Amino acid sequence: MADTSNSIAFVRTETLPQLDPPASEVGVIGWMKHNLFNGVWGTLLTLLSLWAIYYVLSGFLPWLLGGVWGTNSLAECREVLGGAAGGCFSVLSERWNQLLFGFTYPEEYYWRPTVAFVLLFVAIAPVMFSMLPRVMLVFTAIYPFLAFHLIWGGTILSPLLAMAGFIVGYLAYSRLVNQSFAMGFFGGIVAAVLTWYIGGFIVDAIAPENPTLGAVPSRDMGGFMLNMILGVVCVSLSIPLGIALALGRQSDMPIIKWICVVFIEFIRGVPLITLLFVANVVLAYFLPPGTNFDLILRVIIMITMFASAYIAEVIRGGLAALPRGQYEAADSLGLDYAQSMRLIILPQALKISIPGIVNVAVGLFKDTTLVSIISMFDLVGMIRGPILASTEWNGVYWELFGFAAFLFFIVCYGISQYSQWLERQLATDHR
Amino acid sequence: MKKSVLFGALAGATLAAGAAAAGTLEDVQARGKLNCGVTTGLVGFAAPDANGEWNGFDVAVCRAVAAAVLGDATAVEFVPTTGKTRFTALASGEIDMLARNTTWTFSRDVDLKFTFVGVNYYDGQGFMVPKELGVSSAKELDGATVCIQTGTTTELNLADFFRANNISYEPVPIETNAEAQQQYLAGACDVYTTDASGLAATRATFEAPGDHVLLPEIISKEPLGPLVRHGDDEWGDIVRWTLNALITAEELGVTSANIAELSAGTNNPEINRLLGTEGTLGEMLGLDAEWAKRAIMAGGNYGEIFAGNIGESTPIGLARGLNAQWTDGGLLYSPPFR
Repeated sequence: MADTSNSIAFVRTETLPQLDPPASEVGVIGWMKHNLFNGVWGTLLTLLSLWAIYYVLSGFLPWLLGGVWGTNSLAECREVLGGAAGGCFSVLSERWNQLLFGFTYPEEYYWRPTVAFVLLFVAIAPVMFSMLPRVMLVFTAIYPFLAFHLIWGGTILSPLLAMAGFIVGYLAYSRLVNQSFAMGFFGGIVAAVLTWYIGGFIVDAIAPENPTLGAVPSRDMGGFMLNMILGVVCVSLSIPLGIALALGRQSDMPIIKWICVVFIEFIRGVPLITLLFVANVVLAYFLPPGTNFDLILRVIIMITMFASAYIAEVIRGGLAALPRGQYEAADSLGLDYAQSMRLIILPQALKISIPGIVNVAVGLFKDTTLVSIISMFDLVGMIRGPILASTEWNGVYWELFGFAAFLFFIVCYGISQYSQWLERQLATDHR
Repeated sequence: MKKSVLFGALAGATLAAGAAAAGTLEDVQARGKLNCGVTTGLVGFAAPDANGEWNGFDVAVCRAVAAAVLGDATAVEFVPTTGKTRFTALASGEIDMLARNTTWTFSRDVDLKFTFVGVNYYDGQGFMVPKELGVSSAKELDGATVCIQTGTTTELNLADFFRANNISYEPVPIETNAEAQQQYLAGACDVYTTDASGLAATRATFEAPGDHVLLPEIISKEPLGPLVRHGDDEWGDIVRWTLNALITAEELGVTSANIAELSAGTNNPEINRLLGTEGTLGEMLGLDAEWAKRAIMAGGNYGEIFAGNIGESTPIGLARGLNAQWTDGGLLYSPPFR
């Protein structure tokens, strides 16, 4: 069919076999050529960066690897080093317990906060990962009381009573909520408070002299443990509070709306450190002397208020981002307010708010170091106060603050990674 | 209605505060513990060690008072306070006494309504310079850059000193002592100025303390002492005379080593009165006869406490200087025990 007698001398009838790309375009060399030595400026920048990395590492690595562990004071450290570059990490090996637990927490009880810390992961796992069996949530509900009992010790009846109050409150709520939500809500609160009040007398009467777990007073809490307590408690309390405040701010009922607006605007307008001073100092003037209103509790209340005001605004942003149609769709299905919020609005609004909430949570966790200013010995307070003021370790800065930064980085980076994973899990849009 | 309840509660609280303040001694004895305010940590003056035990020069005063009042030098609840929370803690009754290297000034005594019971350390603002600068007097510091903690009396003293000597300086404002240490070592300032005891403690932590010198000029008076609230003179007397007992013990040569022997009775009547073998001094204070003996046994006399915590044999290495007994040319002068 083809006319072979035309003037074209040669026509290739099959494609050439594929050749490997030139060596300069593939593999390590190609990657380097494209990414590192891409033109004169690229090359220059690469060399500069390499030099900068080398400069930093050549100073940092000998310091880190040549560090001294196991001496008893800074002076001994310097003797061992003999002028060579190296960190004095002995301060960490000698004072690790103070950095983690504070200097007054009884040494024989260190296992208790450690167990509470490990169980924390078990407790938050079902909340954070929806693929885990729902029955694990039972443990999550018990965990706050268990952790309190482990860390503070004392009679086990107190956390049991606290738990009983919640159960009674919930039962009262579920009885009354059929008649009206408000009735159920306030009925539940009254029932819980009554249980606590009456139970308080009973517990006082029958509490054993020597409880199985020795009691540790609040002022003995310290170190990174205190940061974790404050961070975990305040974040987990401030999210529900923040949701309530955000919904309250959108409410049509003027009193609720204005209470929420005033609360949010007031708390956001005041620096956290001011609130902490109020908790620590000003309250002492109003309470009669001898009243023991736990300092950690005061601080938890203040930080929770502070964080919930911020989270409320973040969630309000999520609510505002939802199209009006979503609200109308919920109404058209005949859902009441609570149902439409729970089933339609909040799942979408909270998803939008995740980055903002995580931002507040990370910031809040780092803000817990501010309590060192009101003479509580959290991690930073321990470093700035007792450790740097001891005659042995006065003058060690980089090692201690590096350690603190390392601990905080692990936690904050973990939170951030989790939130990104969660966003990917919840992504239902078509990008 | 609600308001009146609130006011009633507040008034009740105030009354209770008044009632509690009227008998600090009874409160302490009923509690079995002395609530003593200390710093959150200052080298040599107050810091917990690796076992969480508080030690230091100010801490020793707390322990002496606890020993005198309760008979147990360890019956102290140390309440760490910062520069910002110390006065409210004392005024609100959270602590019974404050021993926190606090400078005795007119306004703190009169306006804040505290009673300074004495001076346990005479401090003053000094200067530290690198040796290589070749400066031997603060008056040669014309044009120097000075690291100075902002918002302190040292800042004002510095301005006064340079103006009075008609020389100029350039301040490098810094926030904390730790920051100052780093700035000074990095060469951001030629001179670091703060209380002389602080300078000595700071210098002791340097890698090469010998390369830095403290200049002889002391440009301010910083009498540091324990204090109590106004309005309970009986309690103030106990703290004052416990401190005086420590000072007098050194003057009379009563040490923790020989006190057992001396308390059997000596032919020096003042020692006998101090240790309770003669007279009724303890009874006048509302304590027993051996109160001062226990206070001295808690940590030794003033000289022993000084030597053990901040003296020349410790890394801080402070000389007695102004804090020597009046018989040795210092300012320590306890009224007689009579």
